[in-house]
Order: sequence, then structure tokens, then C-alpha cells
Amino acid sequence: MSVFWRGGLTGPIIGALWLLVLSVTVAVAVSFGTGDAFRPVVWLSLLWGALGGLALVAARPGVPVAALSLAVVLGALAAVGFGPVAVGESVGTGWEIGVNAVLGALFGLSARVILEEVPGLGALTRHQFEDAVIRFLTGFGYIFFTAIVVIPFYVMVMTSLKSQQALLQNPLDFSLDLSRGMELFRSYRELFVDYSFARYLWTSFYVSCLTVFITLLFSVPGAYAVARLRFSGRAAFSRSILLIYMVPMIVLALPIYIAFSQLGLRNTVFGIVLIYPVTTIPVALYMLQGYFRGLPAEVEEAGLMDGLSRLAVIWKITLPLALPALASVSLYVFMIAWNEFLLAFMLLDDPSKFTLTRAVTSLNSSEVPRQHLMAGAVIATVPIMALFLGLEKFMTKGLTAGSVKG
Amino acid sequence: MSDTPHPPKGSGPLARREARLAWGLLAPTVISVSLVVILPLLTIFWISFKPIGLADLRAPTLRVNEQLRDADEAEPYIRYRVRNTSQDIALTSASFRDAIPQGVRLGALPEQCTFEQQVLACDLGEVEAGGRSELRVPILTSDAGAVEDVLEDSAPLVRVKAPNILTNLDFTLENFARVFDGGEFWQVLWVTLAYTIFGTIGALVMGLFAAMLLNKSFRGQGILRGLYLFPYVAPVIAVAFTWVTLFDPFSGSANALLIQMGVSEGAINFFGDRPLALIMVIMFEIWRYFPLSFLFILARMQSIDTDMYEAADMDGASPFQKFWYLSMPQLLGILSVLFLLRFIWTFNKFDDIFLLTGGNAGTRTLTVNVYEQAFAISNIGAGAAVAVVIFGCLLLFSLFFFRFMSREEGL
Repeated sequence: MSVFWRGGLTGPIIGALWLLVLSVTVAVAVSFGTGDAFRPVVWLSLLWGALGGLALVAARPGVPVAALSLAVVLGALAAVGFGPVAVGESVGTGWEIGVNAVLGALFGLSARVILEEVPGLGALTRHQFEDAVIRFLTGFGYIFFTAIVVIPFYVMVMTSLKSQQALLQNPLDFSLDLSRGMELFRSYRELFVDYSFARYLWTSFYVSCLTVFITLLFSVPGAYAVARLRFSGRAAFSRSILLIYMVPMIVLALPIYIAFSQLGLRNTVFGIVLIYPVTTIPVALYMLQGYFRGLPAEVEEAGLMDGLSRLAVIWKITLPLALPALASVSLYVFMIAWNEFLLAFMLLDDPSKFTLTRAVTSLNSSEVPRQHLMAGAVIATVPIMALFLGLEKFMTKGLTAGSVKG
Repeated sequence: MSDTPHPPKGSGPLARREARLAWGLLAPTVISVSLVVILPLLTIFWISFKPIGLADLRAPTLRVNEQLRDADEAEPYIRYRVRNTSQDIALTSASFRDAIPQGVRLGALPEQCTFEQQVLACDLGEVEAGGRSELRVPILTSDAGAVEDVLEDSAPLVRVKAPNILTNLDFTLENFARVFDGGEFWQVLWVTLAYTIFGTIGALVMGLFAAMLLNKSFRGQGILRGLYLFPYVAPVIAVAFTWVTLFDPFSGSANALLIQMGVSEGAINFFGDRPLALIMVIMFEIWRYFPLSFLFILARMQSIDTDMYEAADMDGASPFQKFWYLSMPQLLGILSVLFLLRFIWTFNKFDDIFLLTGGNAGTRTLTVNVYEQAFAISNIGAGAAVAVVIFGCLLLFSLFFFRFMSREEGL
């Protein structure tokens, strides 16, 4: 590795790779934004990036100077047709120069920061070299993760706002035709008016709430017993909770389907409310008992000494202390119930009983246009996202508390 | 010296009371979980040895079709057409009763039937599988046409005894023979293992990478952390259908992008071609579950003592050395726990593949095979046999898992 520990090598290599990353990013972003043809030219990106990196290491200009000069240089190169991002024939040269200039500014700005610790063209210490590599990887990581998370959700929302015709014409064009006004939300209107999505939203909502309620009702006493009380079989019990965690749903779904068919519980919301909590109780119990163990036992013992019964201690002392944990568990269970797909899919055939996820599945057919499916996906996603963003602190705690469950 | 007090042996009344209370508090959970988990598991074992198809779940019965014939002629009669709905199972003690409207009298009855208080009761005894027969009951009325509607509106009440296919003692090994038959099973097992191993490791590595990015405080760190959790929090149907839309061979943006950038010549069928489909499902799995590993690893990273790094700085350790020799040993515990749990959960995963490819194009895992056998091929028995195989694998994993977990988590 030590052969690379020279500013004259590290600078150009990192510069070349970084400009390639940036030009791919910019090309993809502008394509998704405008629907026009932009594409990165690999060899030009590597070449100009290497030269840029070399220049930055050699001259070590200030950040504004680096950004400005690289913007001018890449803009000028684009004007003569050698920019790192090329455009299709339908796009004007103005766009080409503009995009490349912005790319240059971004590159100057970020590459200058990445190569901050590289003092010059000469030999580098191991620290300086690794620092540059880590800065490069960090920048790449932010772009990469943000892109892979944002792009699917962007596509989901934008597709739901397009018309069928526009989608087929240019699948890349996600620009919004604002002149359509309220027509933009046509898919949503049709889902609510013609496909009775309001009812499905309501069904999903109350099924999830009931699931949370029943789960807590069962798991709080159970978790308390496992965490605090001594009884033979306690260790075996807390292990078997984990074991139940590992039984795949599809294995259980088959006998549940058979039993529900014979008992006439298929196609009833009651059957769903019966089955959902049982799938979440072990998770909730496991999470809660971990939290209960962390609470100081002395407070409860004081309560017992003062003449409260065990149940009164749970109700008056433990539960108020455990409110944050209860909130996390409730949120997590709500999320599981809201997102549940397999059981709803197998047990519900009657459109009047659908939960939201089941209803969205039914939109996945060749007769229903794509933007309706995406609008359904947005409707299913927005409430849980709103809840998540609003209560992120509790949610992340709930997720880390006891769940590695998928 | 014999009256020195001994420490009490066994459990005293207080301890017994505590144990009773504990089991009382646990009872609702234990009962409900055994009803919905243990009982179905036993059922699966039972069914996997039985020849049951999807259609057998509907119990066989007698279909009776009632019609007034020759109403305008001299000798009108009611015709009862009787049919056993099952082609394989004979019915015993089959009978039906039918209400006859007031004022209608019947002529000579068939030998199986009796007529009392305007109710016609016919006892057919045994009806063989797929058997049909016809009964004619002449009626004595001047104006048969007038009662036709009333007569035909009252549906006959049917009673049969049929052996319940679920509870009889008819066993077979054919289900397992079918499951292990030919190369298909090994193909499915191979796909399952590839999906599980690469999906798990991929999600862990990505999670580790993402956690390292966010393991420092800067403005917007909270926003990015929330953003990176999106794939996990969103409903699986929403994100799976989005991927299908995004990678659609005809109208997908990904294809349009690749063609425009000159990466590919024509449209790529991402979820339809082998082995690309399998790679895509693994990518989806990694994409959807890296947030979870990221969250756990980040939590662990933030609890590592910073003194150690300061000491390392004093000694002149480079960033990579610090990561490799200081952070990694601290993270090894959570990484291995995550690996084991995620391994089992990825192995169990059904929804994702089912929604993305439906198990086509070489992506059929064991769990998808359960659905495929039980519902697509309508052979419940074979589906149950696959489920038993899955369960066997899990038992194997969890034996290993518990040996490991008890050391790691002290549980």
C-alpha cells in the first residue's frame, strides 16, 4: 500500500474516482428531475477528475477558489463537447454547460475537503493517506445511501401523480405538469371514490389499534412475571419466547388457514383481530421484560412493604415507570400490524373486509393502472411514516429494544 | 446438637404463592400462544402425512336439486336430483327433508321416503363417491302450476355423515416423496441458502458501513438517521411494488435510465431472468433490512468508551488500525448476534420474494414453496411437508443459536 502514499498519486486517483461518483450522481439526479437525456462519460470523468485532483493537491487553493475555478473549467470543457456529463440531442447546450458547471463547483468544493490533509505532491504519512481515503468513502457513502433510499420513494410518489399516457411516453420524466392542477391527484381521488380506500384505511387503523391494545393486555403481566417473579421454569420460559420468535409465519399460516376455513372465521375482521395479537405478543413480552428488569426493584419492594398487593404494585408503580417502554412497544406493534401482509392476504377475499395492505395487493393487476397501485402504496406508507417521523425517538428505541425481527 | 435449626428445604408457602401468581400472569399468553403456535405446528406435522388437497377442505355434502315437472300435464311430479359433491368420498346416512306447501297432497312415494305433516323426508342411506340419483314424487293437485314457485322456493334440508378427511387415520408418505422428488428440491434449497447467506451478510455489511457514516455528530445527523430507516419502516407491499414498478422491463425508470446512459442496449427484465432475478431479490433484502443492522450497530458504537481511541491516538494508530483493532472487537458480539437472528429471519422470509417475483425465475425459496404447493398446486399435504422441512432446518439453526446466544447475551 505504501507506494500510494504520495500526494502526487493519491490526489489524482481519489479525484478521478470522486468526479466519476459525482458525475453519475448529477446525471441520474438531473435525469430523474427533468426526464431529459443526461449521461456521465466515464473516461472524461476519470481524466478531468485526475487532473483536478492533481491541481488541488499541487496548488492547494482555498475552497471558494477551487469551486469557482473548477466550475469555470468544466463549464468551458462542456461548451466544446468534452464535459464529464454529456447530453442527448434534445437538450440544449445551455443545459449542458450549466449542469457541468454545477458539477465542477460541487467537485471543487468536495474534493478540496476530501484532500484537506494531503499537504502536497510529496510523500504522505499513513495518517494523511488513510484520512483522504476515509473522507472519500464517507462522501461516497452519504451519496450512495441517500440515493438508494430516496430514489424508490421518489419514484413511488411521483408515479402516483402521473397519467398513464405520460408514464408510457417517458418512464424517466417525473417532472410535474402543474397546469393539471387538482387532476394531479386523480389516482388518489379514484382510489377513495371508486375503490373505497377510506374504509380500508379505517379497517387497518382499528385493527392495528385493537392489536396494540390486546397485545399490551397480555404481554404486560407476562413480561412482569418473567422479569420479577421467581418460579421454576422461568429460564426455560424466557428462552421459549425467543424460540417462538423464530417460527416462520408461512408455516403457521397454513394450519391457521385450514382452521379458519372450517370455523368460518375466514373473511372476518374478527378473525384477523384474533390472530394479529398472538403474532406480536411474544415480541412485546420479550421487549417489555428487558425493560422491566432495568427498573429498580427497590421501589416495588417499598410498595410491597407498605401493604400494596403485587397487582397493585404493577398498576401503580411499575407501569407508570415503564411508560416510555410501553410507548415504544405500542408503536412497534402498531407498525407490525399496519404493515402485515401475509395473513391478510391469505385470510381475506371479500373486498368489504380488506385491510389496507390487502387492498393494495388487489390493485396489482394488469387491469388497474400503475399509478393507482403507486397511489395505494403511498396511502399505505404515509400514515406509518408520519407516526414514525413524529415519534422517531420512541420508534428507534422500540426497534432496538428487543427486535431483530423482520 | 440435634435441635440446631436447619435451613428450610424445598419451597415455602411464600415462594409457592409467588410461583402461582407468576403462572397466573403468564396464563393468557401461554394459552393464546399455544393455541396459535404450538397447535398449528402439531397440525402441520399431522397434515404433512396426509393426502389432502385444497378442495378437500370443503366438506363433501349432498346437493339436492328440486324441480316441478310436467306441471301442465295429467301427472305432475316433483323431481329431486341428488348428487354427492365429492368424487372421492362416499357419504353415509344421507337424508333430506323438504317442506311441501299446504294443500298439496302427494301420490305414491318412492320407498325411501315418508310424508308427514306436509314434510317429505327421504332417507337415502349411503351415497357412493360421485354418485347421483333421481327421485320422483307425484303430486295430486288440480293446478300444479300455481304451487310451482312456492314448492321450488323451499330448499330441501340436507343431512349427511361424511368422514372428516383431517381426522381419519389415512396416512401417506407421498407428500415427502413429492417434496424431495427430482432436482427441484435441491434447486429450492440452494436458492434458499444463497438468498439467506448473501442477504444476511449484505445487510450486515451495509449496516456497518451506514453506522460508521453516522457515528459522529453533525448537523442533519438525525435527519439522515431517520431517512435511512425508511425502507424498514414502510409497509413491505408499498416498497416491493415500487421496486417492481421501478425495474419494470417496459415502463420502468431503471431501464430507461440504463438505456439512456448507454449501459445496456435493450430493456432488461430484472425480475424475470435467471439468475438476475435472484440477485435482485437479494438486493431488495439487503436494501430493506440494512436499516435494522445499522440501528443496532450504531447503538453499540455509541456506547464504546472514547478513552480507548484517545489512547490509541497518543500511540499513533492510524484510522484503519483503530477501526480494525479497537472497534471491530467491540462490535463482534452484536455482529454475531445480528448475523444469527437475521440469518434465521431471512430464511423465514416469505412476503418479499412472493411480492417481487412470486417465486418465478429461479427465486423459489422453501417458504415460497410452501405457498406454491399448498395453494398454487392445491396440495395442502405437500405444502405441509415443505413446512416440516423448514421447521427441521430451523430446529438445527436454533440449537446452534442457543449455544451461542447464551454466551453472548447472558440470557
